[in-house]
Amino acid sequence: MEIFGVSSQALLSQLMLGLVNGSFYAMLSLGLAVIFGLLNVINFAHGALYMLGAFCAWLGLTYFGLNYWEMLVLAPLIVALFGIVIERTMLRWLYKLDHLYGLLLTFGITLMIEGVFRSIYGVSGQPYSVPDALAGATDLGFMILPNYRAWVVLASLTACFTTWFVIEKTKLGAYLRAGTENPKLVEAFGINVPLMVTLTYGFGVGLAGLAGVLAAPVIQVSPLMGSNLIIVVFAVVVIGGMGSIMGSIVTGLGLGVIEGLTRVFYPQASATVVFIVMAIVLLIRPAGLFGKEK
Amino acid sequence: MKRNNKIISLALAGIFGVATCGLAHAQISGDVVKIGFLTDMSGVYSDIDGQGGAEAIKMAIADFGGTVNGKKIELVTADHQNKADNAASHAREWFDQQGVDVLIGGTNSGANLSMAKVAVEKKRPFISIGAGSARLTNEECSPYTVHYAYDTTALAKVTGSTVVKQGGKSWFFLTADYAFGASLESDTTRVVKADGGTVLGDVKHPLGASDFSSFLLQAQASKAQILGLANAGGDTINSIKAANEFGITKTMKLAGLLMFINDVHALTLNLTHGMYLTDSWYWDKNDETRKWGRRYFEKMKKMPSSLQAADYSAVTQYLNAVKATGTDNPEKIMDYLKKAKLNDMYVKNGYVRADGSMVHDMYLMQVKQQADSKYPWDYYTVVQTVPGEQAFTTKEETKCALWK
Repeated sequence: MEIFGVSSQALLSQLMLGLVNGSFYAMLSLGLAVIFGLLNVINFAHGALYMLGAFCAWLGLTYFGLNYWEMLVLAPLIVALFGIVIERTMLRWLYKLDHLYGLLLTFGITLMIEGVFRSIYGVSGQPYSVPDALAGATDLGFMILPNYRAWVVLASLTACFTTWFVIEKTKLGAYLRAGTENPKLVEAFGINVPLMVTLTYGFGVGLAGLAGVLAAPVIQVSPLMGSNLIIVVFAVVVIGGMGSIMGSIVTGLGLGVIEGLTRVFYPQASATVVFIVMAIVLLIRPAGLFGKEK
Repeated sequence: MKRNNKIISLALAGIFGVATCGLAHAQISGDVVKIGFLTDMSGVYSDIDGQGGAEAIKMAIADFGGTVNGKKIELVTADHQNKADNAASHAREWFDQQGVDVLIGGTNSGANLSMAKVAVEKKRPFISIGAGSARLTNEECSPYTVHYAYDTTALAKVTGSTVVKQGGKSWFFLTADYAFGASLESDTTRVVKADGGTVLGDVKHPLGASDFSSFLLQAQASKAQILGLANAGGDTINSIKAANEFGITKTMKLAGLLMFINDVHALTLNLTHGMYLTDSWYWDKNDETRKWGRRYFEKMKKMPSSLQAADYSAVTQYLNAVKATGTDNPEKIMDYLKKAKLNDMYVKNGYVRADGSMVHDMYLMQVKQQADSKYPWDYYTVVQTVPGEQAFTTKEETKCALWK
């Protein structure tokens, strides 16, 4: 069967690949959305921290003999810790100022992290192979899907929906949301809001670190890997609605799929299609697909 | 009266100008030989040239003992950040204010084309090392440009025709969607067809694409024997990585149209073994190259790319020219370079043609199997040496007005 001159088999396989890329978008934009929603900070350092996660995985394997699974747990924690240091020492002074200051600070941090890694490791990147347990591929009938890519979808969806559940459906999440609405009142109930904010930032960037570890076997671990991705991820957050958790998950996956289809029909536009969607969405719904007008 | 004054002062200025020019012709301007090196020091191409290229140039200067004809040799370097306007403004400042005598252009075709324009305007020698674009010696050729290491024409001719002759008849291209990728693809297509091969299709990917798997599945569906990678740097690396992951390397053979040893090193032999690629130099070619390669390794802790070796060679040849002519006068230097036979650890019997191409042997290499690699950086087997006359643009093909 053919659809617009492309066999349905090819189309299905491209949809599948779109979903894989969409999982990365979803996980990264989720971290951004959590941070923006609860801290009101536009975290431009997200791409650099994603890169840091991937490098942690590589460094762990190369210098400490820690395998993929160990680093899958450790790297996000290290990145989160790094994020907490940033929040405690620098970012917290900017909450009362305009968004722009947070953006500039995190952009500066990005340049510094990337610069350090570039000067030590160069730009060609480091190889990281797929863990043995996930090597090989599965024949899905319409395509041969490498097992590792299937794992990426599974892992990132689990991470995304757990986050959504915690923030939207649990008591802890309720505190978090209340803390952003009215910090003074929540503090009056005896809850340590500044600590909560710090941990939230740590969690948000930890997600970026996790995405980095997941990406390490798929693309070359390189200092530039974050800056290649971050602009698209920002577009995803804007389309989903700044700060909307579910919005960023759904748009992340959706845009991955749209991008995948563009790669079949008009590959040249695949880098642009996300921004076309963004422009259209902003014209029709300025607050984004899932955002609330204020 | 006023007008008379003007005429007199103009005339005086003219006489004075001629006199000082005459003086400069005889010797070294500013009592120093100043070399300017402008390349990508921080971006996607910084591994294949960058700081390593600057180090190679320092080695060339050190081999002259830091002086030529009793005058000090100085090096200035800068990062053009892959921006053509940035490259042009640096070049202009260097020529006008810093008295740079020769400009060495590192990577990035766009930046090099703009440097070439400034050099011709200022009438100073410009040696382009890392640019791929053959326009430097065709439409935009100039009497002051030397294109030293390689160009897209040579890459296409060597890789394209050799692979076809070895049985790789049907091709599919994975092409970076900008000027460089397009010209690499069209040059190779021409060669493949001329040698009796066929091109089954292509897919154009955006520069710096995040994922290559969808493009590769399209390539696989074409059932071509050879997948020609008309891209560079990180794009090539990530496409090879994905090609292995999706098992495409089992059904198609990959031909990297522009690959450097740093790319192979970054990917490891596991992912690249069996690939064909064309390069102008390989550190493990003979005793002379090995000796220089090891010397470089001592400083940089990695083996040099062909571009870094070419940086060394170009500066050595320039300094030889200064030594032989006794001057850094641009015309005399260019004249000397176009007559001389160039010989060092990088080039054997190379020569600079009227269009500015430095004609020298090119090598088709195949990446070794892991088991055949005996020591670090032992990556290639030289499959074929292609003489420069066959590799580079011919007189029939040239679009350069200086070589008609």
